[in-house]
Amino acid sequence: MDPRLAAAVNVSKLSASAIRRLGRGGGTAIPGIIANVIDPGTLDKLSRQVAAGCLVVAGTNGKTTTARMLAGILEGAGLGVIHNRSGSNLVRGISAAFAGESSIGGQPRGDIAVIEADEAAFPEVVRRTKPRLILLLNLFRDQLDRYGELDSIASSWRETLQSLSPSQTVLVNADDPVLAALAGTTNARVITFGFDEHRHVLDVLPHAADSGSCSNCGAALRYSRLFLSHLGEYCCPNCGFGRPRLDFAARDIELRGLDSSRAVVDTPDGPVAVSVGVPGLYNVYNALAAAAAALTIGLSQSVTATGLAAFRSAFGRIERVDFQGRRLVLVLIKNPVGFNEVLRMLAMSGNGDTTPTLFVINDLDADGRDISWLWDADVEVLAGMPAPFSTAGIRSADMAVRLKYAGVPTDRITPLGDLEGGLGAFVDSLPPGGTGFILPTYTAMLELRRILSARGVVPAFWQQ
Amino acid sequence: MKLTICWLYGKTMNIYGDRGNVLALLQRCHWRGIDCEAVQVGIGEPLEAGHYDIYFWGGGQDREQIPVSADIRGPKGDFLRAEIEDGAPVLAVCGGYQLLGQRYHPHEGDDLPGLGVFDAWTNAGRDRFIGNIVVDSEEFGPLVGFENHSGRTFLGPTARPLGRVRTGHGNNGVDKTEGCRYRNSIGCYLHGALLPKNPALADFLIRAALQRRYGTADLPPIDDRLETAARLSAIQRAAATTPASRGWRR
Repeated sequence: MDPRLAAAVNVSKLSASAIRRLGRGGGTAIPGIIANVIDPGTLDKLSRQVAAGCLVVAGTNGKTTTARMLAGILEGAGLGVIHNRSGSNLVRGISAAFAGESSIGGQPRGDIAVIEADEAAFPEVVRRTKPRLILLLNLFRDQLDRYGELDSIASSWRETLQSLSPSQTVLVNADDPVLAALAGTTNARVITFGFDEHRHVLDVLPHAADSGSCSNCGAALRYSRLFLSHLGEYCCPNCGFGRPRLDFAARDIELRGLDSSRAVVDTPDGPVAVSVGVPGLYNVYNALAAAAAALTIGLSQSVTATGLAAFRSAFGRIERVDFQGRRLVLVLIKNPVGFNEVLRMLAMSGNGDTTPTLFVINDLDADGRDISWLWDADVEVLAGMPAPFSTAGIRSADMAVRLKYAGVPTDRITPLGDLEGGLGAFVDSLPPGGTGFILPTYTAMLELRRILSARGVVPAFWQQ
Repeated sequence: MKLTICWLYGKTMNIYGDRGNVLALLQRCHWRGIDCEAVQVGIGEPLEAGHYDIYFWGGGQDREQIPVSADIRGPKGDFLRAEIEDGAPVLAVCGGYQLLGQRYHPHEGDDLPGLGVFDAWTNAGRDRFIGNIVVDSEEFGPLVGFENHSGRTFLGPTARPLGRVRTGHGNNGVDKTEGCRYRNSIGCYLHGALLPKNPALADFLIRAALQRRYGTADLPPIDDRLETAARLSAIQRAAATTPASRGWRR
């Protein structure tokens, strides 16, 4: 037994439970900091003892969802999984997750670890945990103030990938040209995944896409198929760089409304049909990545498909209503974390770019009387979208201000006041047959259901 | 022209949407064609002379104030004190406000010394003051926010309050004062975030920064109709949610 490590684990565990008892969040940052102060090698030592090794998930978008999907598949296979599932994805949060899942002697209880790593923390996490598999999802422009240029992340990742050994595996989204170029520089075994999809393609590179240019020579990439942002099938007309051959390819993707998605994944061992209970093309990428990781480390196709099918979304259910010839999509928002998930979905969903959105913000007891959480959410992701935004509810005016300071031009912000009148104006603004998103807080959702029921929407709908 | 915001202890003391204050300063500069960036300076990180134009210091929990209080002892605190004396604009909310005073007396343990910029001191209270707050300031007009603090701050004879509490608790729940003013420094308990709904305060800080760095304070107006509407709605919301008016409604 390593007494220093044991002390780090125990003090970390104690502080985590103390913080939880005080009701101050999940208690992940401080316990991790404490563990690393007592033994700076906490994460190195604990991760080394995990029998089936560590799997690191990194990327701008979808890492929490993908890591949760992968952990779910592994748990379904009967493995004990160490996982920083709270989404604390810096070294300290990951250290705390390991300490929390270790015995008082400093022995990890899990068989395998799924580690979600922050982009900036990725190099250190990889150096310390020596993962058997690294899953690279995508690199989007995100929180530039924190990370600096996309290129500086890419170059720090390149160094990390170059330091790997052939016994390690990099599983990379080949549809992302930045990642595909990075993966070309590693000594590790490289396995690729991506879409072989013909229906769900975009016509033009979205305005906000990050990497329309070749990482090797800087020429504009030519896309034969584009699936989402800058993810697609591409080649460089200048130097010949192109999308690598896919080892795992999703095809025949079926987006079943906002409830679930299906796809067939071609694998080295033949095709497997997968279904996952979350909407959106970006979640098909997440499911594909999780399935490819599970299959790569040797899980069976049936265990993988079953594990994915059991996955449930991190945020509340999405509800749909057909109302006055329009389709309304209701998504509950209740805290900055959930709000961020929904904002991401809006910013990344294919039709979210132009779909009108109504925010309904109340400040009653069940919502939380303090609405300052609006300022902790990354509303900034909406700034570049051409969609019109309306606000309603008790704190309609606050949400309008939040949108303005997020960088949304004021001619695309319409404060509508109370929900009853605001809903009518919002629905009237939608074209017949069109879709609108409504994002209510908790009591606003209840009020919305009441109003819709009073106007003839069948109440039984809510139990569906 | 370029302004640099020094975001003090943004990692340890950033609570209840305080970062909205930094967003407001950045955007209100940006909309006027003034370059503006925010740099975080945390525990153990030095302040660079001549580098910063506006200081923002947010709130935190008691346990987070202990290492911060230690950090401002010594050269860092001396530097901040000199900057404030020199007219650097400062906004400090809640925990940051308390540490600009002379001391913070916690429930248990030793007093935490503050910078002593404000002639004020804070004692830990038993109950928290939580709710919408409206403050009437002669300098800035009505200010709205959300307070959430257990500290009771008392002003000494030389201290000037930011304003008088119209609705809510303010500094200590007793004397109707809220916040403190000194040179171009503002300390208060208003979260919310404060600056987006109270653009007069944001522009005061920006104007003071321009004056100090460039000797000019020319600040073109911004269409603040959304901000004004939000402030008016917050005033009404505060009136509707105070215990007294709730009783009246019943």
